[in-house]
Amino acid sequence: MQLSVIMDSLPYLFQASIATVCYTLGGIIVGAALAILVCAARFSRSPILQRLARAHVSVFRGIPLLVLLMLIFYLLPLIGIFVPASVSAVLALGLCTSGYLAEMLRGALLAIPAGQTEVAEALGMTGVDVWRRILLPQAMRGCLPQVIGEFIALMKASSLISVIGISELTRVSMNIAATTFRPLEAYIGAGIFYLAINLCLAGCGNLAERRLGRGVPA
Amino acid sequence: MSSLALLWHWAPLLLSGIAVTLWSWLLGSLLGLAIGFVVALLRRLPLRPLRWALRLYVEVIRGTPFLLQLFLLYSGGPFIGIRLSALAAGIICLGVHAGAYFAEIFRAGFESLPKGQIEAASSFGMTPLQILWRISLPTMLVAIFPSIVSMLISISKETVILSIITVPNLMYQIQSMTVETYSAFAGIIALAAFYWIFVESLARICALVERRLTFFMRAGAAS
Repeated sequence: MQLSVIMDSLPYLFQASIATVCYTLGGIIVGAALAILVCAARFSRSPILQRLARAHVSVFRGIPLLVLLMLIFYLLPLIGIFVPASVSAVLALGLCTSGYLAEMLRGALLAIPAGQTEVAEALGMTGVDVWRRILLPQAMRGCLPQVIGEFIALMKASSLISVIGISELTRVSMNIAATTFRPLEAYIGAGIFYLAINLCLAGCGNLAERRLGRGVPA
Repeated sequence: MSSLALLWHWAPLLLSGIAVTLWSWLLGSLLGLAIGFVVALLRRLPLRPLRWALRLYVEVIRGTPFLLQLFLLYSGGPFIGIRLSALAAGIICLGVHAGAYFAEIFRAGFESLPKGQIEAASSFGMTPLQILWRISLPTMLVAIFPSIVSMLISISKETVILSIITVPNLMYQIQSMTVETYSAFAGIIALAAFYWIFVESLARICALVERRLTFFMRAGAAS
């Protein structure tokens, strides 16, 4: 073990950690937007939409992230859509997590008493209003702990976007391993950064839960 | 050449890739279950240093990406005298990775056991091993079955990552097909379909098994 290898690569690994967190955050944002749409379809009155929502969850929970990444990376150009690798990466991460987030959101929505929707409708709110003002805010707070868990899982999964050449933590540690001929030190260094990000996220999660988690039906 | 004809032409290689994928999933899962069970048992012993070491193993593995662990073992291993073939490194890594998750699942299972059961069993004169085998394990396995299933599904999806260290699984074979034929479409779609069918079948088979396991616990089954 040469500690100097890890010490010398600290700045690069730190920058790469920021990239890893940003890509994960992008993935969660895309995934959450999709999850809201999927949930809305799942609770709609149209059987076709319900079917589609179920299929979405089944497909995107059944296909591994690496395969999704390849699908998007190879097939988008085939249908004439050319986007940078970073966009493909965020899209793949978002699709991958959308199925899980949709299921979490659905669980949280089901936990909200039905009476609330009835009251809101009695007060003359439209369906969109009910969703925007009553259901979504409560459901989002309700599934926050699970979403933090999903964020951590996605952050670890984001190491796979190194395959399409994105300079995140795993990719940068591969480059360090290749240039220094010291793979052990390079990968252990990256591992330490992953653990550090994890600790930060878990801390943020606890904080957010305490701040937001008041008065929410579990 | 149409997509189907292409897949047909490459069928032998693709089938060998599917075999490698299933094989690594099976061996990795079994190794993971074994490691997880042993770790969960050892963590119950009153040996502080051992408990700390095992907790470190579980936390470090659960906190870092599988791909990184794979690189560490496969390309870092030779520097400390561990030389493995890609497939062996892949299966061992899958097992060690899954082991940490299974250890947590088993630990939760042990903690969920009612104390009275064990006391009753020992008052009947059963040895600790008998209690574990006849009382604790069966009760626990039913309780943690859903968690085990979702982990088995996770492992099945993780097998795809082994292609990155050149394990000749389905993903690897499809990539070599793509490189040779310049057509990505058929291969990638087939790959996605394979994994979706694999995961869905696993989930459905396990749901059936779970129904059988919990038959006596469901309301109305006894009456």
